[in-house]
Amino acid sequence: MTTDSAQMMGTQEAALAVAEGVVDAPARARFAGSTNRGWRRKLALFAIYAILLIGGLGMVFPFVWMISSSLKMPADIYSLSLIPPRPTLANYREVLENTKYIRWFLNSLVIALITTASVAFFDSLTGYALAKFSFPGRSVVFVLILSTLMVPTEMLVIPWYMLSINLHWTDSYWGIMFPGMISAFGVFLMRQFFTGVPDDLIDAARIDGFGEFHIYWKIALPQVRPALAALCIFTFLGNWNAYIWPLIVTRSEDVRTLPVGIAFFSTESSSAFHLIMTAASMATVPVLLVFLIFQRQIIKGIVLTGLK
Amino acid sequence: MRLTLERRRWLWAYVFIAIPLLFFLAIRIGPAVYAFWVSLHRWDPIAIDRPFIGIDNYRAMGSDKVFWHAVRNTFVYVILGVPVSLVLSLGIALGLQQLLRFVGFFRVLYFIPYVTSLVAVGWVWRWMYMPNGFFNEVLASIGQGPLKFLGSPQTALVSILVVTIWQGLGFQVIIFLAGLESVPTMYLEAAAVDGASSWQRFRDITFPLLNPTLVFLLVTGVISNLQVFTQIRTMSSGGNGGPLNSTISLVLYVYQLAFQSMPSKMGYASAITFVLFAIMLLVTLAQLKLFSRNTNDY
Repeated sequence: MTTDSAQMMGTQEAALAVAEGVVDAPARARFAGSTNRGWRRKLALFAIYAILLIGGLGMVFPFVWMISSSLKMPADIYSLSLIPPRPTLANYREVLENTKYIRWFLNSLVIALITTASVAFFDSLTGYALAKFSFPGRSVVFVLILSTLMVPTEMLVIPWYMLSINLHWTDSYWGIMFPGMISAFGVFLMRQFFTGVPDDLIDAARIDGFGEFHIYWKIALPQVRPALAALCIFTFLGNWNAYIWPLIVTRSEDVRTLPVGIAFFSTESSSAFHLIMTAASMATVPVLLVFLIFQRQIIKGIVLTGLK
Repeated sequence: MRLTLERRRWLWAYVFIAIPLLFFLAIRIGPAVYAFWVSLHRWDPIAIDRPFIGIDNYRAMGSDKVFWHAVRNTFVYVILGVPVSLVLSLGIALGLQQLLRFVGFFRVLYFIPYVTSLVAVGWVWRWMYMPNGFFNEVLASIGQGPLKFLGSPQTALVSILVVTIWQGLGFQVIIFLAGLESVPTMYLEAAAVDGASSWQRFRDITFPLLNPTLVFLLVTGVISNLQVFTQIRTMSSGGNGGPLNSTISLVLYVYQLAFQSMPSKMGYASAITFVLFAIMLLVTLAQLKLFSRNTNDY
């Protein structure tokens, strides 16, 4: 893996190379030369390992404590022991029985999946049109979409709420989803990456007689797959964890998303922290598992979007 | 009449962007304009009468103590939170870059908080901060404390800030790692051959080349810290903005005014969102101007 600067290459490949470098090259070829002074170097390296390990354990400690608390009997909840003195799954049974956890989980899943699919399709389509077609008004459209990035969501929440009331969208999946169905950030991202796709490729396909939609779908889109994957990851995580809008637009328990449901349940359980920690575990552990499985792709995707 | 090839392509482009363009007009731009209209009224959604009051909502902020509290707190979240997290994450990224093995493992450790729901982890921290929670039990076991953490106006904001930094750290570490990865090794090697110390190499080569990364993280960090909401609502008792409003942020105040207060003050809340918008715009432009001397090619 070469590590020439992204600026020097200035292409999509450069961004990809950096992303790969962060994830795949465990350590780039260190230049041992002048810094290698035997034991001093080793000692410094050992210190770095030690500090990073302590810091890293600190980073995950809240999760360890959360899971540990969720497995404790109510009477043991104040024990400092990480390993529950009398481990139990009763808290999980209680949360499952007293909340609509499964319903909330499915709500979140369906909403995040539909939103992600919509964002992936419309954002790539728009990004492609803006990058590869020259038509009157193109820069106006681009600036218009880009300018919406500057508007904070909080400003729009009040008009969205009024709109939802008037059109009876409150308490529905659509009501939760509609503001996020297309993302300006994604349009920008996809446009950046489609710009790197060679025009020759598209022209050749036109000469071969393929239709414009076919060219977008079958020829251009596969070229930007890493960026598209990154956009999907971002969109999914964002919607899965979204809080303020789902909180505002839902009233009934049945359409709550997982974060909103957990928030209400935790507030209502006041200080029953064995149950609150169980609910928190049930909300975070599935995401953590998915993250651990796909961590390389996810981190690569984050790098990729951060570079553009 | 047959369309020319060029016109046909235009048509396709318009077909491709039609739905997204309508979407942005209807869901982003229209509501933004409407929000400004709302901000010029005394607006309670269930009242029949919503009188036009000009810029009175904007004037009212001047004498609103809670508003100034929220402004002050929001600036603390930004001015304290952003630099601390940038220094921490750059330090961690530099450390990670030195490692020869287990890099993936460490990266995952630091990144985990970023993917989890703030509501869930907010409750976990709230539990650890409790008078009889983890931190105070540890303090008690060494004969210290108890500290009030979220329960005292002096410490509540910092306690929440710690969680905010903790949650966003992994993202910044990853982006810094990418920035470090794109610093050409040959420059560093050449400097080392010429006898530059590792601090000199960092100061004169790595750091200037990291400028684009730094600007990116600074802008995104400031914008997200200006909008803190979830962690405050989760960790302040009753979601009210803490003891004596010591943790309330602008966004939380907007939420309270529009959706919790009786009667609802949506006009005033909208006006505050425009102040927030103006702050975000100014800060972003200032940062881009100050720091982006050599980022044009990035």
